[in-house]
Amino acid sequence: MNETLSSMPFLPALLLHAAIPLTIILVYALVAIWAERKVAGFIQDRLGPMRVGGWHGWAQSIADLLKLIQKEDIIPADASRFWFKFAPFMMFAASYAAFAVIPFSSGYIGSMVNIGVFYLLAVTSVLTLSVIMGGWASNNKWSLLGAMRSAAQMVSYEVPTIATVLTVVLVAGSLNLMEITELQSGNDTLGFLPNWLIFQNPFLITAFIMFFISILAESHRVPFDLPESESELVAGYQTEYSGMRWAMFMLAEYADMLLLSLLGATLFFGGWNSPFGDFLAGPFWGFFWFMLKGLVLVFVMMWIRWTLPRYRVDQLMAICWNILIPLSFVNLVLAALWEMIF
Amino acid sequence: MVQAVKNSWATFKSIFTGMGITGRHLVGPTVTLQYPEERATLPKNARARLFVNMDDCIGCTLCAKACPVNCIDIETVPTTADVDLGKTSTGNPKRFWLTRFNIDMAKCMYCDLCVHPCPTNCIYMEQEYEYSEYDRSNLLYKFSQLSPVEVDDVKAKAEAEAIQKQKEKEEKARQKAEEARLKKEQEAAEKARAADDGTGAVPAADAAKAAGTAAPDAADAARVAGTAAKPAPGSPSKQDDTQNPSKGEA
Amino acid sequence: MMELVKTGADNHEMVINMGPQHPSTHGVLRLELVLDGELIKEVRPNIGYLHRCFEKYAEELQDYAKVIPYTDRMDYVSAMNQEHGYVIAIERLLELEVPERVEYARVILVELQRIASHLLGIGAFGLDLGAFSPFLYLFTEREKILDIFEKNSGARLLYNYFAVAGLMRPLQDDFKGDVADFVTSFRPKIKELEDLLSYNRIFVKRTANIGVLPAKVALNYAASGPVLRGSGVAWDLRKNDPYSIYDRFDFDIPVGTGEMGTVGDCWDRYHVRVLEMEQSLRIIEQALEGMPDEGDVMAAIPKRIRPKDGELYVRTESPRGELGYFISSDKSAAPFRIKARAPSFVHLSMLPAISKGALIADVVAIVGSIDIVLGEVDR
Repeated sequence: MNETLSSMPFLPALLLHAAIPLTIILVYALVAIWAERKVAGFIQDRLGPMRVGGWHGWAQSIADLLKLIQKEDIIPADASRFWFKFAPFMMFAASYAAFAVIPFSSGYIGSMVNIGVFYLLAVTSVLTLSVIMGGWASNNKWSLLGAMRSAAQMVSYEVPTIATVLTVVLVAGSLNLMEITELQSGNDTLGFLPNWLIFQNPFLITAFIMFFISILAESHRVPFDLPESESELVAGYQTEYSGMRWAMFMLAEYADMLLLSLLGATLFFGGWNSPFGDFLAGPFWGFFWFMLKGLVLVFVMMWIRWTLPRYRVDQLMAICWNILIPLSFVNLVLAALWEMIF
Repeated sequence: MVQAVKNSWATFKSIFTGMGITGRHLVGPTVTLQYPEERATLPKNARARLFVNMDDCIGCTLCAKACPVNCIDIETVPTTADVDLGKTSTGNPKRFWLTRFNIDMAKCMYCDLCVHPCPTNCIYMEQEYEYSEYDRSNLLYKFSQLSPVEVDDVKAKAEAEAIQKQKEKEEKARQKAEEARLKKEQEAAEKARAADDGTGAVPAADAAKAAGTAAPDAADAARVAGTAAKPAPGSPSKQDDTQNPSKGEA
Repeated sequence: MMELVKTGADNHEMVINMGPQHPSTHGVLRLELVLDGELIKEVRPNIGYLHRCFEKYAEELQDYAKVIPYTDRMDYVSAMNQEHGYVIAIERLLELEVPERVEYARVILVELQRIASHLLGIGAFGLDLGAFSPFLYLFTEREKILDIFEKNSGARLLYNYFAVAGLMRPLQDDFKGDVADFVTSFRPKIKELEDLLSYNRIFVKRTANIGVLPAKVALNYAASGPVLRGSGVAWDLRKNDPYSIYDRFDFDIPVGTGEMGTVGDCWDRYHVRVLEMEQSLRIIEQALEGMPDEGDVMAAIPKRIRPKDGELYVRTESPRGELGYFISSDKSAAPFRIKARAPSFVHLSMLPAISKGALIADVVAIVGSIDIVLGEVDR
């Protein structure tokens, strides 16, 4: 795919490059919102949406989207209009931009930059900014509290995320996500396991656990969904948003969830590599395996969400600063030592 | 340090226990009832809507009195002597036209208090629960079986009878007063006769004669009134009519 | 831009309005929170959004029996208990004898209602803390209880089932079997709840040492029910001042022990409710054994209730605490005065005292753990 694109004229190639991740995100968001509701339903002995579209209400998200588009665009009288309008789009733009460096399959990556991991982490920190922007511009006390919480939360949890990602980078020796993935091809570990990084180094297993906890917090999922904890802050920074602007926040959040899950799949679970070596490999199957791995992580996130209560804001900070950050750095050093010795 | 590890381990363990439980529910059966396609059958005791079997209603208004929210509105008109509404299935005679029996289901609180006092068990709760309406006025259930024309008719008849009865009463009262007057006169005459024997005999006898002719006249009038009140044979006796309070009329 | 309260030189405080349309204020409670960051400086509860003039209307109704459906509507989560207290008061006022079968049936129904009420209270408490699924699992169990109620009384929420010296409708033939089935099917669910919620570390972290209510403070505020027992005081009207036939049953009074933190914290109050469900099951089992199979469900009572001149106060143990009815009668058909002592109202008054210095999230937990029903607070 990348070869085809590079042979094309600049403008169509650019548009195609922009369209591919966007399509994936949009389709995924529709499916994931529906799936989230189905998972929630089945976990709670319910059925979830069953009406729209026939089979198990598969068209529910589409119907919801159409409804949201038609809703009145309400902006509070005392809100800062420009920033209020701008925040949801900025949030989506941030998570969308990060998809540029995700290697979807062996044949396609948006941009083959050498600093992929660095770029991704840098771009996603803009999310924090847009959350604060939305919360502050709403001119609502609940929104402000939500925004403040999320700012503190996302800034804090970026540190353990980066530290764990750094562990992988250290083992892999590259910042380019495509190269990291290619490194994990083959099925040689202990004779039968795939060459995924998580099997390469015992300290990467602990790194993955910490990484997963951090991305739960980064994407505001239970038990760390404090910015929009509905039983405390009503809806946090989204309180005043409605209609399409709220849908943009929602989309960005689900996109963020997918992005971080895909990052986890790339870093620890071999990206687009087939778990069966050469069997079912190739660009198309690569895409399939890659999305599958990402979606399994997304499913686990949903499962956790419908099981656990949420932490309190100070406990959340305590977990981050007292446990995750020191542990992740210790882990980084130990992983480095392991690499040096073996 | 050891404590921290222990705590983390306990946390993870409890999280996995919880996820195990939710996981079991994830694959387990669901309890949802797909409503419009599947409907729950309510137990036969269920109180979902008030219903009145008008055939059995005798218009005693006990239900309206028992209602704490005053959602039952009853207007009754006593039957005239020429009509027989028959008996209820429980054997109580029906003596009232029910010109109005409205239940405002929007007000009803389903407390069941109206059901118990009913002597004929004609007001009861039924299991029908799908009676939503777009207009609240549609929740005013009208159980009266009479059309407005019939209602007017019945009311006019009852009124006529009431007037007739009133007249009768007045007539009776007049008659009684007359009799009393005559008696008094007679007594006075007798007294006078007793006082001055012989001289006042003729006028006293005249007075007695006059009283004698007047009394049969009054009796005749009473008989005429009686036949007018009782045109149809087999109608409930007059005694019954006078016993019933004409509530609707008031 | 932001409403700031000036308190001397310090200008960091913010007044924020929580409710009446807030997801976790259990109805229409409005709390004014004075915040410093997320720290609570002061809580001012505002009530009255669900005021329906129960006490005045009870006088207006001109009939003691007509008040029973209105007692349902005070604490709509435990309507049976509300009725129970009221009919006991009327029966004592009239010195009526209640048939044995009715007494047993009432105890079973009231204990089932206690379980149903605790299920909702616990579920909503979990929901306030972000655990959604336990709420629905418990709701499923509650539905089973409501099914039994519906089968016998005809209604699912506001029953009006207890009449003076009897029951409004006869019990169904399979009443005992239904209740026994429920008891057997419910026991494992308590275990599941303990695993899923009670001993979940995140839940414990959110509730232990939060909103500590020392026994002394609780007694000063006249707290009762699970809130008082959560503070370690073994006070249960079913044992300490037995009414109905509660003196015949053998059950324990669970009290808060500070197993996870301090005695009288949110977790203790929560766990007392969980343990109480088990005790209610025990009472139900004993009552099922003792209940006569045959018998009238209605004693002979005067057609019109006209009590003697006088007044009395009857207290019963509702799921939320001491539910008292004060009735003053003046020989007429209408009560001269009915006053209901609602436990939720009393417990809500403690909120400012125990939530000082907590975080917003803790206020949510505290409100959830005292398990108020606004219908009862406002009446």
